[in-house]
Amino acid sequence: MRIFKDAGHLFRLAGLFAAGTLLFLVIRSFIVPRSFGQYGHYRGAAIAEIAAHPIHFAGHQTCETCHSDIAQTKSGGKHAQVNCEACHGPQAKHADDPSIDPGKPDTAVLCVRCHAASAARPNDFPQVDAEQHAGGVPCQTCHQPHSPAIGAGGAK
Amino acid sequence: MPGVEGFMYPNEVSLYWSVLIVLYPFITGLVAGAFILASLARIFRVEAVKPTYRLALLTALAFLMVAPLPLQLHLGHPERSYEMYLTPHRSSAMAMFGFVYLWYLMAVLVVEIWLDFRADIVALSQSTTGWRRWLYKAMTLGSDNVSPRALAIDERVGWLVTLIGVPSAFLLHGYVGFIFGSIKANPWWSSPLMPVVFIFSAMVSGIAAVMLLYMATTRLRRKPIDMRCVDTIAMYLFYIFIIDFSLEMLDLIHRIYEADESFRSLDFMVHTRLYFSQIVLQILVGTLTPLVLLFLAQVMKLHEVVRKRIYAVAGSLALVGIFAMRWNVVIGGQLFSKSFLGYTTYKMALATREGLLVAIALTILPLFILAVLVRILPPWPEAEHASIPEAV
Amino acid sequence: MTITRRQLLILLPAAAVAWESVLAGTPETSPNYTMTDHWWSMLIDIPKCIGCGNCVRACQAENDVPDGFFRTWVERYHVDDWHLANPQVISPDGGKEGFPVAKEDEGKYFFVPKLCNQCADSPCTQVCPVGATFIAPDGVVLVDQKYCLGCAYCVQACPYGCRYVHPQKKVADKCTLCYHRITKGLTTACCEACPTGARQLADLKNPNDPIHAFLKTHSVQVLKPQMATGAKVFYNALDGSVR
Repeated sequence: MRIFKDAGHLFRLAGLFAAGTLLFLVIRSFIVPRSFGQYGHYRGAAIAEIAAHPIHFAGHQTCETCHSDIAQTKSGGKHAQVNCEACHGPQAKHADDPSIDPGKPDTAVLCVRCHAASAARPNDFPQVDAEQHAGGVPCQTCHQPHSPAIGAGGAK
Repeated sequence: MPGVEGFMYPNEVSLYWSVLIVLYPFITGLVAGAFILASLARIFRVEAVKPTYRLALLTALAFLMVAPLPLQLHLGHPERSYEMYLTPHRSSAMAMFGFVYLWYLMAVLVVEIWLDFRADIVALSQSTTGWRRWLYKAMTLGSDNVSPRALAIDERVGWLVTLIGVPSAFLLHGYVGFIFGSIKANPWWSSPLMPVVFIFSAMVSGIAAVMLLYMATTRLRRKPIDMRCVDTIAMYLFYIFIIDFSLEMLDLIHRIYEADESFRSLDFMVHTRLYFSQIVLQILVGTLTPLVLLFLAQVMKLHEVVRKRIYAVAGSLALVGIFAMRWNVVIGGQLFSKSFLGYTTYKMALATREGLLVAIALTILPLFILAVLVRILPPWPEAEHASIPEAV
Repeated sequence: MTITRRQLLILLPAAAVAWESVLAGTPETSPNYTMTDHWWSMLIDIPKCIGCGNCVRACQAENDVPDGFFRTWVERYHVDDWHLANPQVISPDGGKEGFPVAKEDEGKYFFVPKLCNQCADSPCTQVCPVGATFIAPDGVVLVDQKYCLGCAYCVQACPYGCRYVHPQKKVADKCTLCYHRITKGLTTACCEACPTGARQLADLKNPNDPIHAFLKTHSVQVLKPQMATGAKVFYNALDGSVR
C-alpha cells in the first residue's frame, strides 16, 4: 500500500496527538480534586470548608444564657427587638471565654447612629436632634439603654 | 471618591479587567485575521496574495503564542489556570477558551504550517549542521519522505486543514466576542452583533498587520514589493473594513434609536469619558481616515510610491482604530455603573503586572517571536518551492 | 518578589501539601445540618431601614471584608417628583458609618440595603470557567477560594455589583449569607446586628418560617427582575426607582 507509505508522516503526527491526548487524560484523572462533582460542577468539599469559618457574632441566644437579667429588662422595653451585639459588637470571643473583656459601648457614638434626626429616616422612627434634645448631657443620664423609655420602669 | 462621578455600586469603583484584557481580543483578532488572509490564497485561490501566504501563517502563529499571556497575567492565580482544562464548566463561555485555543493552535495552525513547510524542513534537516540539524530532524518527525506523491497528499490534507481553519478562525474570534456579547448584566456589551463585529474587526486588523509586515520585511530584505499583491490585499482590506464599519454603525444606530434604559448613561459616557478613544481614535482616525485613503487608492490612478505610502498609513491607522475599538469595549464596559447612575475612571498602572509596560512588552513580543520563526522557517516567496531553500 | 532556590525548596513541598488539602478537602463540620432541607433567602423590609450601617460593620467584622469592598452595603435614595426615574443615590463607604443628616427637603428618602441576591439562576455561576463558584444544594451561592482563578468574569456577570476580587487573596469574594453561621443554626451577622429587623434571614423550605406569612400579605419585589436571575433577596415596598 503506497498510500500508507507516502502518508506515513501524517500517521506519525496523528500518533503524536493521540499520545498527547492520552497523557492529558491520565494526568487529569490524577489531579482533579476528589470531591469535584459530588453535588454539581464544583468541589464538594468547599462547602464544608466555608461552613467551618469561625464566627465572630455569638448570637443573642448565647448572650442570654448568662445575661438573663438583661434579657429580662430588655424584653419589656422599646429595645426588646434589638439584639445584644447590635450595640455591643461581635462577642464570640467573650462568649467562649468570659474573662475576655467585652468592652463598654460608647453611648455618645451609639445612640445617634440610629436616633439622630434625619429627613431620610422613616417618620415613625424615634429621632432627636441630639444638641437640642440633650445639650451635651450623655444619653444614659436619662435613658437606660436596655429599656430606654422614661417612666417605663427603665428610667433612672 | 476620586474619579467617580454620580453613583457607582461600591464594588464597581475599581475596574476588574485592565489593559491586558484589551490586548487579548486585539491579539487573537490579529491571529484570526492573518489566518483568513492566508486562506484567501489557499481556499479562495486568490493568486495575487500568494506571496503573503506563508508570512501570514507564521504571523498568526507568533501572535497566537502570545495570545494567552495577557489572560494569564491578569488572573489573580495564574498557577491555577490549568483548572480550565481539568474541570471546564460547560455553561461558561470562558471555559471553552482553552479548548478553542488548543484546537486552533494544534489542529489547525501548527498542522497547516508543518504540512506547508515539510519539504523545506526535510531539506534543511539535511543541509544544516549542529543544533539546527537536530531541530529540523525533530520537526520532520523522523520522516523524510518528500516524494511527489507524499507532497501531493500534504497538499490535499493541507487544503482540508485550511478549509477547517476558516470556520475555526471565525470560532476563535467570534467566541471572544461572545464572551462580552453574552453578558446580560452589561448593556454596553450585551449584543448578538458583538461576535460578528469582533470577527470582521479581527479580519481588518489581521489583514492590515500582514500587509504592513509584508511591506516592512520585503523592504528590510531589499526586495521589490509585489504591487499586485499589496493592491489586492488593500482591496480586500477596504471591502472588509466597510462591512466592519457598517456593522458597528448598525449597532450604534440601533442603540440610539431603541434608547433603552441604559441609553442615557451610555450616551453620556461616549460623549465624555470615551469621547477621545471612541469618537476621535476609533471612528475618525482609526476607521474613516483609512477608509477614505483606501477608497482613493481604489478609484484613482495613483503612482506606486503614493499607493505604498497610502497603504502603510491606512494599515497603521486601521490597527490603531481596532485597538481603540477593543479598548472601548473592554474598558468602556466598566466605566459606567450598572445602576446607570454614575461613572468611574480607569487608572492604568505603569510597572505592575497589569500595567502599561507589560502591555507594551506583550504587544512587541509577537514580533520577536515572528523574527525567530522566519529564521527557522523562511517564508519568503523566492525561497518557496526552491529545491534547496536559502541558507539561514 | 524574588524567590531564592532555598526558598523554593521550602515552598515546593508546602505547595504540594496545600494542593493535597485542595484535593482531599476537609470533612463535614456541621453534622446536624442537611443541605437539601433548606432553601435560603433574605427579606429586606425597606420601611424599617434607618440607615445606621450596623449591618455593613457587622458583615465586615464577621467576614473579614477588605476596606473599600462590600459584601453588603446600604444605599440612600432621594427621589423627587420631577426625577422619578433619576434618583439621587449615595452610599458613602457603603453606608458603613451611616449617612449625612438630610434636612427636610422635597421628595422622599429611603434606604436600600444590598447584598448578594443568592440567585437561583445566577449569572455569576453560569460564567465561572472552572466551577469555583456554585449554588450549594441549600440555595446559597458560594465561592471556592481554593479553586478560584481570579479571572473576574463573575464580577462582570453580576448585574447587582455584589462581587469583587479580594485585593489580598486575589480571588472572587462575595456575601456567603454567613454560610458558616446559618449552617450552625445562627442567623447572619447583618441580621443579628440589625436593630430594627429590616433584614430577616428566611428559609423557604421551612414551612414554619415567618417569610411565608409575610409574602402572602405584602407587595414584595426583587432587584432588576428583568435580568431573570431568580434572585432570592426579597424587598418589601421597593420603590420603582431602585436599581
